[in-house]
Amino acid sequence: MDISANLSIAIASGKGGTGKTTVALNLARVYDAPVQLLDCDVEEPNDHLFLKGGFGPEEAVGIPVPEIDPAKCRGCGECSRFCQYHAIAAIGTPPLVFAELCHGCGGCAKVCQNGAIREVDRRVGVVRTLKDGDISLIQGCLDVGVAMAPPLIRAVQSKRNGSLLTILDAPPGTSCPVVATLRRADRAILVTEPTPFGLHDLTLAVETVRALGIPFGVVINRAGIGDDRVLDFCAESGIPILAVIPEDRRIAEVCSRGELIVESLPEYRGVFRDLLEKILTPGALEPV
Amino acid sequence: MKIVFTTSGENLDAPLDPRFGRARGFLLYDTETGQYEIVDNEQNLNAAQGAGIQAAETVSRLGAGALITGHCGPKAFRALMAGGIQIYNTDVATIAAALEEFQAGRLMSANAADVEGHWA
Repeated sequence: MDISANLSIAIASGKGGTGKTTVALNLARVYDAPVQLLDCDVEEPNDHLFLKGGFGPEEAVGIPVPEIDPAKCRGCGECSRFCQYHAIAAIGTPPLVFAELCHGCGGCAKVCQNGAIREVDRRVGVVRTLKDGDISLIQGCLDVGVAMAPPLIRAVQSKRNGSLLTILDAPPGTSCPVVATLRRADRAILVTEPTPFGLHDLTLAVETVRALGIPFGVVINRAGIGDDRVLDFCAESGIPILAVIPEDRRIAEVCSRGELIVESLPEYRGVFRDLLEKILTPGALEPV
Repeated sequence: MKIVFTTSGENLDAPLDPRFGRARGFLLYDTETGQYEIVDNEQNLNAAQGAGIQAAETVSRLGAGALITGHCGPKAFRALMAGGIQIYNTDVATIAAALEEFQAGRLMSANAADVEGHWA
């Protein structure tokens, strides 16, 4: 494959369990040059289970949360009124801070007229790296009990070397963590399964990538189950189908052993090489 | 003293809402005059997070000294305590019944949250 790419390709889905991680890992493995794989599913990262080698030292990631100086606070309540996340309650002087609800925007410190708020670091998780052949994995892992994925996803993305091809393994769904992942992607692959649930969540994912203006195409995984409605939807909406991976018990077995399809079932290498070529070819994806 | 009851109704015969942060509204009752008013909590019904905290701010702003509701989670509990508001949990059906229990001294002031956050 003669592609010198430094693009970032997000693998998203809407529905969980459709094969995002499978597609992300196998795409990374068939690329015959150094490639970065960013595991942005920080609530449940699992790309490392399919790679060899151990993690290097981990780096803690935090977000700035407010700390109020009672000597300077006059109890005006501006900070509380500003906070859309209700992380500061203007009850008494000084107000109460609920750090676990804080998104770290820093607005409270800016609106405080008395300079009573300073920002302190609150740890939300870690970033780790692992190298297996040409694949450099960068993984974010949220601390247990923390529900603040986007800042950690941004920290994972900040580790990216912009001169290399980068594959972003997105979280499921279409909420903030997915948007945080997609926002820095040049292109997106939406992995779906041909079932009513797959179609339902695919339509949400399509709306999301369209709103973000990212060129994208669809991969149908486990083709042979379900029905034809995903095909019909893509045809009607002018969405290119970039690859079709059949329902194959051997694929499930390979995945359950923590192996990669392109290594254990070489007959599928072509599917992933074609997919990579399509996603990296300008004009192959739905125009924005 | 002023007491806040959680409710979706308009008067003392209305049901007591077991939820605090995401109750449709509050009935603010003045024990000295027997008068009451209804306060809306609509903005919190669909809040992504912090509904209990915001509701506690409302109760504090109303000048209430007590809250009578079904359940109260840990963040709302902490906020209400900071505001010096006593919390009484009860599972009686109506505001009138809860008021009667309170005035008869049969309700105990809570010293901890009685449910996890997001219980409802």
